Amino acid sequence: MPPIMTAVILLLAGGFLALLTARLPRLSTAFGVGGAVAGCVVGLIQPVRVLAGGISEAWLRPWSVPYGSLSIEVDLLSAFFLVPILVLSALAAVYGQEYMAAWRGRRSTGASWFFFNALVASMIVVVIARNTALFLVAWELMSLASFFLVTFEHDKDDVRRAGWTYLVATHIGTAFLFALFLLLGRAAGSLNFISFGPAPAASAGVLFLLAVIGFGTKAGFMPLHVWLPEAHPAAPSHVSALMSGVMIKTGIYGLFRVLTFLGPPPAWWGLTLIGIGAVSGILGVLFALAQRDVKRLLAYSTVENAGIIALGLGLGLLGMSYGDLTVAVAGLAGALLHVVNHAAFKGLLFLGAGAVAHSTGTRDMDRLGGLLKRMPRTGSFFLIGAAAICALPPLNGFVSEFLIYFGAFKGVISEQPAIVYPALGLVIGLALIGGLAAACFTKAFGIVFLGEPRSESAAHAHECGRAMWIPMLALAAACAAIGLAAPAACRLVIRVLGDATGMDAFALDHVVSTLTSILSFVVGAGVALMALVIGLVFARRRLLAGREVAHAGTWDCGYLKPDARMQYTASSFSQPLARLFHGAIGTKIRSAPPKGLFPKTAFFGSELVDVFKDRLFKPLFLAVESGVSRMRWLQHGRLQLYVLYIAVTLLVLLIWKL
Amino acid sequence: MVCLVLSNLMLVGSSRIAVCIRFVALQGVLLGLLPLALHHWLLAGASIAIKGTVFPWLLFRAMREANVRREVEPYVGFSTSLMIGVAALGISSWIASRLPPLAPSISPMILPVALFTMITGLFLIVSRRQALTQVIGYLALENGVFAFGLGLVREAPVIVEMGILLDIFVAVFVMGITIFHISREFDQIDTEQLTALKDTPS
Repeated sequence: MPPIMTAVILLLAGGFLALLTARLPRLSTAFGVGGAVAGCVVGLIQPVRVLAGGISEAWLRPWSVPYGSLSIEVDLLSAFFLVPILVLSALAAVYGQEYMAAWRGRRSTGASWFFFNALVASMIVVVIARNTALFLVAWELMSLASFFLVTFEHDKDDVRRAGWTYLVATHIGTAFLFALFLLLGRAAGSLNFISFGPAPAASAGVLFLLAVIGFGTKAGFMPLHVWLPEAHPAAPSHVSALMSGVMIKTGIYGLFRVLTFLGPPPAWWGLTLIGIGAVSGILGVLFALAQRDVKRLLAYSTVENAGIIALGLGLGLLGMSYGDLTVAVAGLAGALLHVVNHAAFKGLLFLGAGAVAHSTGTRDMDRLGGLLKRMPRTGSFFLIGAAAICALPPLNGFVSEFLIYFGAFKGVISEQPAIVYPALGLVIGLALIGGLAAACFTKAFGIVFLGEPRSESAAHAHECGRAMWIPMLALAAACAAIGLAAPAACRLVIRVLGDATGMDAFALDHVVSTLTSILSFVVGAGVALMALVIGLVFARRRLLAGREVAHAGTWDCGYLKPDARMQYTASSFSQPLARLFHGAIGTKIRSAPPKGLFPKTAFFGSELVDVFKDRLFKPLFLAVESGVSRMRWLQHGRLQLYVLYIAVTLLVLLIWKL
Repeated sequence: MVCLVLSNLMLVGSSRIAVCIRFVALQGVLLGLLPLALHHWLLAGASIAIKGTVFPWLLFRAMREANVRREVEPYVGFSTSLMIGVAALGISSWIASRLPPLAPSISPMILPVALFTMITGLFLIVSRRQALTQVIGYLALENGVFAFGLGLVREAPVIVEMGILLDIFVAVFVMGITIFHISREFDQIDTEQLTALKDTPS
């Protein structure tokens, strides 16, 4: 048995033991965390070996499920997705051990650990499965396990609602996947991935759309993202980190994997993905900007990052369809690298937000503030994550976005006129996303960690324990490491790409050398800049050493006692931008501006509605409900008539077939 | 075969529950005799013993305890029921004639009769109010399945038939107890009243 299966078994065993010992919370937590960490460490053996240049081994066992087989393989693409999944899962498990301690005794943490381990195991199987039945079973298990994790605090009304939204969304997505795989399987005559071949152009288009909708629901593409901002804040933070960091990436994995079955892509696939990416990216970050709940902000930012990944994928497909290898490779490599990067920094940010919520008991940014002094470690790590997600060099977010930019600029100067305009649009869109993301995370970090505390609970915040900050440290280090090792990361990603898409290795080498030389230059510049900043910090400290540093109140507009309420709030920080993009995000503003020379009462409140949820999905589901409730007369409770339905149906079927 | 048909017609046309129980028992015994032709002594014996003695006893007990004698106000009247029964006989012989011909079996009549018995059972379940009559319908349905099984395979898989027999034995046992409890809780076993237990639309 390959070590990756051992890992799955370890994970499940840990989960079951945690469930069995649920009455002894300490033991059950130990089993849960131990199983998760052990499983992830064992699981890392095989992907690391494959990424280091080992050969991928397929493993096949018969399975009693019709058309199913236990067929798995860790190829380069799987390994590339497995590494972030396993690393982040292990870190989240360690973090969760302390995070969940607050609920110990009040709620069944054993069940939570069971589902956590089941989620990790199913994510592994999703990525390594090479048979449709196995893939869909794991996919569904992943959805269900995460549903139960989201509804951990199921006595809260909004948590239950979030859970339902998630469950409905994920099942609608899965329905599309069923259609996709059945069509693929019918064409191939087998449900094993290996037999799926290039489909004829017409049906390939349908298959592509099915894959985009089905996997896009999981990945959080707009307008299918509605479950993300509900489910991520509702779940415990280490689960949010796992879901946002790696679970939604299984959607990207699935899309990528299916694209490798579908043969050469026509241009409109790329354009579709670029369109989806631009909409998800821009609207996602705008919604994120307008949030007050820090985890909801991060959830919308996940939508934004899924958009960036879609932009990269779209650009890559466009490049492939017009035969422009540099554009194709840069776009796809950027997208793939962003998957890993996003897992690192979004995981870090969710863990940081969780530490804040754990320590202060609130996620409302307008009740936080000044936490950098009280939680210096969490604050610094959050800052690193925020800088990485804003794509600031030399951190990792920059590298992947740089690759996409590079591809897009190559596209703009390309000789193919059909690439020029989409690429130009992509550059503009990505720049807008980047700028808004910077504003968004300035807000998130500034409001939460800087200034003065806005509530009692924020004033009495305390630094989290070792089990919580070490995972954050590890992720922050990963952000920096990928950023500094950008050329190596780029080379690895392109090797994965070459393996998955079967591109010409010789031509790839050329692109790799171009990209790595530019990247090493950029990273060098970034490092130099960092060195300069650090040097300046030391110089300042040197100059200030031995002198007296006075602390005085901020300029206070003539008030003698400025208090915490005079600071910028989350809403006021984003208000100018929210007004600018009012048409796109539909903020509801209730305000009574101050009047006259001596204003008495004035207030300002803004409330954000998700346009897609309220204007698209709500009417749709209400229409479905009213349609279905018209059928309610069938459901009258008379047993006799139910039996009659069955009997008549059977008789009619029997007679009809004769 | 003719006896089976007649017993079915009696089932749909009779309002006394006691009569129904007797006829369903008779039907069971008659069916139990059929495997004798195939020399399945064990199956025949078990079938006769359970259907001919245990079931009537259980059902009579349930009837006494629930204190019902007659099927009052069924959804479909008794003469109409008889008409429907005759129609069902016609339909089942038509279906049987269209089915692919079977290997020569006990009797060429076995298929239509089996189908007819099944339809009768379903019809009883659908059209009667008393839970007890519905149990009788269920038994008739099972008798039909039994007969069909006999007709279908010459070498009747004894294990399967015994399994079914055990199944319905338990089912009737449970139903008898349930009916007793329902009647004790609600003072009657009219299923019309049980309709009130459904979910109300919100």
